[in-house]
Amino acid sequence: MSLFEIAFYVVAICIIVFSVMAVTTSSILRSATYLLFVLLSTGGVYAILGYTFLSAVQLMVYAGGIIVLYVFSILLTRSSGTMKYRVGKGKMTSVLITTIVGMALVMFILTTNNFAHNIIPQGIELPVKQIGHALIGTEKYQFVLPFEVLSVLLLASMIGSIMIARRKR
Amino acid sequence: MEIEIHVIHYLIISTVMMFCGIYGFFTRKNLLALLISAELMLNATNINFAVFNRYLFPDQLEGHFFSLFGIAIAAAETAVAIAIIINVYRNINKVLTDDISELKN
Repeated sequence: MSLFEIAFYVVAICIIVFSVMAVTTSSILRSATYLLFVLLSTGGVYAILGYTFLSAVQLMVYAGGIIVLYVFSILLTRSSGTMKYRVGKGKMTSVLITTIVGMALVMFILTTNNFAHNIIPQGIELPVKQIGHALIGTEKYQFVLPFEVLSVLLLASMIGSIMIARRKR
Repeated sequence: MEIEIHVIHYLIISTVMMFCGIYGFFTRKNLLALLISAELMLNATNINFAVFNRYLFPDQLEGHFFSLFGIAIAAAETAVAIAIIINVYRNINKVLTDDISELKN
């Protein structure tokens, strides 16, 4: 068993355990913390795949930015006492059954599908130079237009959230 | 030397994450907890994009950039949603889904 595989299985167990705990725990601050662990482990999955740039983006944007936003808004809205309200028992069981049946169905489809390429070369990292060229190029398979559209979207959402959350006077 | 991790293992963990998000989305009542569940679902789809790109089309970068842009869009979505939730809390002092019913009828 190589080091990559050990790292992968540790990360996989972390993701499964913490994502189950994030939706079942009864304290919302704990739920946000478990979400942080899930996002960190997802960054680890990207790094194991060889996408180290994507892993760094995941750590910075999700684990660094969004979680802080969540924690601040949880504290601002004083919502820690409201987690005891759940849906009724009948709806809870039906949701549980639906989720488990859906998960079993997707797992069945995945395991019976024979994927063409099952293994990849180890330790090959996607070079950042290639990412940069693809992100700023204007030819086929290059992505300058979505990049610019995304920057406009981020500006619009920033202005929009300031306008929404601003105190009316 | 090749990694002996099959593509199916990545897909299984993303499936578990996706259905955890769906379960939380149906059972929670707090708006912020709903948003946390939505983040779980978005994250699972991002993992799938990256894994399929890496394993099935390793010479191209479409899935990589799709998950990169997906992360940015999720950040924008979270910022706007949290602004709306804080505004709702400021107006009616509640963050539960059952209490926000003024737009019904």
